[in-house]
Amino acid sequence: MMTVNEVITIDNMIEKIASLLPRHYRFVTMTAVDVDTHFDLYYHFDLDYELTTLLLKLDKGAKLPSISGICPPALVVENEIQDLFGIVVSGLNLDYRDHFLLATDAPARPFCRVPGVSVSIVETEKTGGEK
Amino acid sequence: MSMVIPFGPQHPVLPEPIQLRLSLQEERVTSALPVLGYIHRGLEKLAEEKDFQQDAYLVERVCGICSFIHSMCYCQGIEELMDLKVPPRAQYLRVVWSELHRMHSHLLATGLLADAFGFENLFMQLWRTREHVMDAMEYTTGARIMLGSCCIGGVRKDINEEQKKFVLDKLNTVEKDLKVLLPVLLEDYSVKKRLVGIGMLDQLTARERGAVGPTARGSGLAMDHRMTGYCAYGELGFEPVVENGCDSYARTQVRAGELLQSIDLVRRALDRLPDSELKVPFKGNPPAGEVVIRAEQPRGEVFYFLKSSGKDKLDRLRVRTPTFANLSPLLAMLTGCTLPDVAVIILSVDPCVSCTER
Amino acid sequence: MTKATAKSPWVVHFNCNSCNGCDIEFLACLTPMYDAERFGVVHVGNPKHADVLVVTGSVNHRNRRVLKNVYDQMPSPKVVVALGVCGATGGIFADCYNVLGGADQVIPVDVLVPGCPPRPEAILDGILKGVEILARKKIDTEVVPPEKTIKIVRPEPKPEPADESAKAVS
Repeated sequence: MMTVNEVITIDNMIEKIASLLPRHYRFVTMTAVDVDTHFDLYYHFDLDYELTTLLLKLDKGAKLPSISGICPPALVVENEIQDLFGIVVSGLNLDYRDHFLLATDAPARPFCRVPGVSVSIVETEKTGGEK
Repeated sequence: MSMVIPFGPQHPVLPEPIQLRLSLQEERVTSALPVLGYIHRGLEKLAEEKDFQQDAYLVERVCGICSFIHSMCYCQGIEELMDLKVPPRAQYLRVVWSELHRMHSHLLATGLLADAFGFENLFMQLWRTREHVMDAMEYTTGARIMLGSCCIGGVRKDINEEQKKFVLDKLNTVEKDLKVLLPVLLEDYSVKKRLVGIGMLDQLTARERGAVGPTARGSGLAMDHRMTGYCAYGELGFEPVVENGCDSYARTQVRAGELLQSIDLVRRALDRLPDSELKVPFKGNPPAGEVVIRAEQPRGEVFYFLKSSGKDKLDRLRVRTPTFANLSPLLAMLTGCTLPDVAVIILSVDPCVSCTER
Repeated sequence: MTKATAKSPWVVHFNCNSCNGCDIEFLACLTPMYDAERFGVVHVGNPKHADVLVVTGSVNHRNRRVLKNVYDQMPSPKVVVALGVCGATGGIFADCYNVLGGADQVIPVDVLVPGCPPRPEAILDGILKGVEILARKKIDTEVVPPEKTIKIVRPEPKPEPADESAKAVS
């Protein structure tokens, strides 16, 4: 079972995470879960095979501050979350602008469950004429 | 003169499409920018639409190289959620197939690395040896790649005496072959010229950038999830292979060491194979809850996050594969290297792009 | 010309959306155990040198242009061999949001090799089947691209504009 060690907020998350890193915590990954009312964002860190998980509850529509400045490996996963969930991450070192994994014509924000947003307009295009 | 060279997505040394936009200053790479998405399918979303028992076979197809370990890791997660106790024989059989997978993956990776620096003969020889491992897997499960032998609560197939003898025979052949091949890989003058000092990743950077698997162990970090003793690793006794060279050569040394270690582990596991049933029956759906489960793959630590709400379908399945974690160290290694070394450095971390993008 | 091509087909491999299973089985075909070279099959990296295109996996939104590009760069006559069920229909991933279907959605496919993944023997058989077709094709064979429609899903406009200060990379 996963235990959440600490619930963090947007205001104190950077300093909480920054305090872990000098103690040789290794950034494992981030997990985003859409729980209808808000997003649950888990930050997973590892020290000697022990997992430390910080939970951030993010309101829909709120911007997520990037931790890629203090923790470079978070860059890829933040770009992925921006792609798949439509969470806007601010302050990314390198911003792929929603096209990290998804191409321009792919369905946008496939994991986001906000009603009305995940419904997409469907068009068709012939492949034969395309160059 | 500076320019940008797109490396990939279709490139002779890359078995999979990934693009790296290399900014060059003369022959030196000043920065590398990965462009992903060529193999993104959306497996995590599909897993939410399928039954939790079907998912065990779906996650096997995250990656065709470490397929068994993916499904084993997922099954361990569901077992933890449902509080199932896996019978000891199943635990040992899981170790056997995991280690066979590790051997075939390491032989594949070192073979491709040999191909990247132009030693085609060594590539062919390593892959010929790999076929013995594939035979062992096929003889015990009936499939070469997608074993499908792991299920929730245990394993679906048993290894009988005849199969055990076959596997042990094949291991002897592999060991004999490796005694000839590994000295060539590790001591040949021209191979060393291409590997030693190439793709430096010092210990501090490796830790900061979150490197896992042979990439981390080649930089002196003794980090191997098998140390936690999941499955039967705790009873079999295990020490990670660590090298301090911090370069492509050290990572190759780690893989060579792990190959021999895996042979040993399979032998010990088969030797001590306890008698018990193969799986425990279970009823109903996994209860509501969240679980994080990790296991060691050939490329490093794999991470599964499962969230269930008590229904037959999972609420969320998240996979963080080792190559995803190794992407950031790879970019650190590429900065400052010369263009001919790019292929060697990429293959020295043994990338698995289909894992990365899922 | 056709006789020579049929005796030594040059193969280029493109991994579209595959899980690697078919790829490593294709590579295993080239190695001493199965040895595709005994049929004259040579694996090349450059599509401009190739007669046979081996595609593994299904097509997604980003790689369909790359696949079309690789195919267009090959000189005629050419054949396409799609490996695995993913290459045929999308297989287990057919329902994924980013998967368009088999390789035949973008380029004409001549041979389909079933299996998940197919065995190396089956792959060799499929390539040789493709070579038979190649020998029958004339040099000026007109290649008709498939007239299939692809479902393109466009998102609604995003509610808020992206941060101005962020660097755009695409």
